[in-house]
Amino acid sequence: MSGEVVGVWIGAILTLGIFSFLYKDNPFYKFSEALFVGVSAGYWFVVTFWQYFLPKLIDNLALAYTVLSVEGKIDYHWVYVLGGGLGVLMLLRLFPSVGWLSRWSLAFIVGTTAGLQFTRYLESNGIIQVKGTILPLIVGGNLNTTIGNLVIVVGTFCGLIYFFFSKEHKGAFGGAARVGVWFLMITFGALFGYTVMSRMSLLIGRMDYLFSNWLHLIG
Amino acid sequence: MNQETNQEQKSFWEKLLAIDRRIIFLFIIVAVALPLFFRVSMRIPVTPVAEGTYGAIESLPAGSKVLASFDYDPGSMPELQPMAEAFFRHAFRNDLKVIIMGLWPQGPLQANIALEEVFQDEDLKAKNLQYGIDYVNLGFTAGNEVVIDRMGHSFEESYPKDGQGTPLSEIPLMRGVRNYDNVDLIFNLSAGYPGTQEWVQYAVDVFHVKLAAGNTAVQAPAMYPYVQTGQLSGVLGGMKGGAEYETLLGIPGRAVRYMFSQAVAHAVICLFIIIGNLAFFSMRKRRKA
Repeated sequence: MSGEVVGVWIGAILTLGIFSFLYKDNPFYKFSEALFVGVSAGYWFVVTFWQYFLPKLIDNLALAYTVLSVEGKIDYHWVYVLGGGLGVLMLLRLFPSVGWLSRWSLAFIVGTTAGLQFTRYLESNGIIQVKGTILPLIVGGNLNTTIGNLVIVVGTFCGLIYFFFSKEHKGAFGGAARVGVWFLMITFGALFGYTVMSRMSLLIGRMDYLFSNWLHLIG
Repeated sequence: MNQETNQEQKSFWEKLLAIDRRIIFLFIIVAVALPLFFRVSMRIPVTPVAEGTYGAIESLPAGSKVLASFDYDPGSMPELQPMAEAFFRHAFRNDLKVIIMGLWPQGPLQANIALEEVFQDEDLKAKNLQYGIDYVNLGFTAGNEVVIDRMGHSFEESYPKDGQGTPLSEIPLMRGVRNYDNVDLIFNLSAGYPGTQEWVQYAVDVFHVKLAAGNTAVQAPAMYPYVQTGQLSGVLGGMKGGAEYETLLGIPGRAVRYMFSQAVAHAVICLFIIIGNLAFFSMRKRRKA
């Protein structure tokens, strides 16, 4: 029995183990779940060490040390000491007496992430999207575009009105808010439909694995 | 007599509302599994957003360079792997040069699996595609959106070597490729973060490079506004998007084959929703009466 065949059998048995939860909780499911969690944790530990810690920190610090010892210069690679230091501070959470120092690392992460994301979100998901809704309501000779533009403009406007809570939703304002609710409901429906399709795709993938790769019932 | 019938009907709706969820699971499993055994060819209507992705690749002249970022893992294989295979078939058929990379550790490995599959095609075998000349796999590098940003200035800063450890300067395909100015299109397959949204935010809107994408169905609706504003050329949404791409390409693959299962499963779910609603409203009417 080749290694590949053994792998397919293990995959199939574990798939059935996870599926067995659909009937009821059982030791076979618990074993499959625990194995998955354990293997995932082990895998990510290895990935983190070899793909993040080693190339990003250790290799760069080694380079900085080499440049210093050979050329006697302090080059920009020493900046990684700062990153390594912040990483060490994060681990201090394990020691209650000095655990508060980990907040410095967290503050750095939150601050840089917020700074980095703010401008990008504002432009890509804010300004450009607002621009995208400023459309001509009537496009001569093109009914499809006219309807499309109307849906975008009315949907965006009424959707925003629904989230305007400083004024009571009554009269024309209330009517627009109700139209906004309809647009939101249709959006949620579409999202639900896509989610169902995604989950079904995963199930199809597993079924195909069982019937094709394992049982060879499908050519 | 009438009262008895009413009693029976009431118990029928009540039973329906209290149906064991395992019966529903069984129906779904049968609805998904059974169609896999039948080679039913379904008509796949193509949407403009899928056409956008296809068109962005199709419009490139031979020899153009495409940066393909594989940002997913085996968990999303049923949805994204057919797209990956279709993309490689499309790119190599049109003699495009492909630079593969990944912001997810398993992404470049998924690309290798897809390459292995498409290299079985006789027409691609005949092309005698060479690593380093026709395609290259840069591998994974950590840093998420920061990698995208840095690559806008220099690919070599993020990827000094390819996935096999060869310096970029020694790879023929990478000669003259300094940053996004030297690639004609970015193609992104994404299952979450970092993914298409980050490529739009950090590559398209900053460096004005053209981007086409394929996404999991869960993520796809969030990408459609980017298509409407022109930030994205097109999106392949989930398995259906993959089937559309295969249809446009004229090479029906796994996504097209899976669509019959998908359709039957959706029909069963819709049926259960209708039955559930009928039962709910019938019970409410009775309670009011």
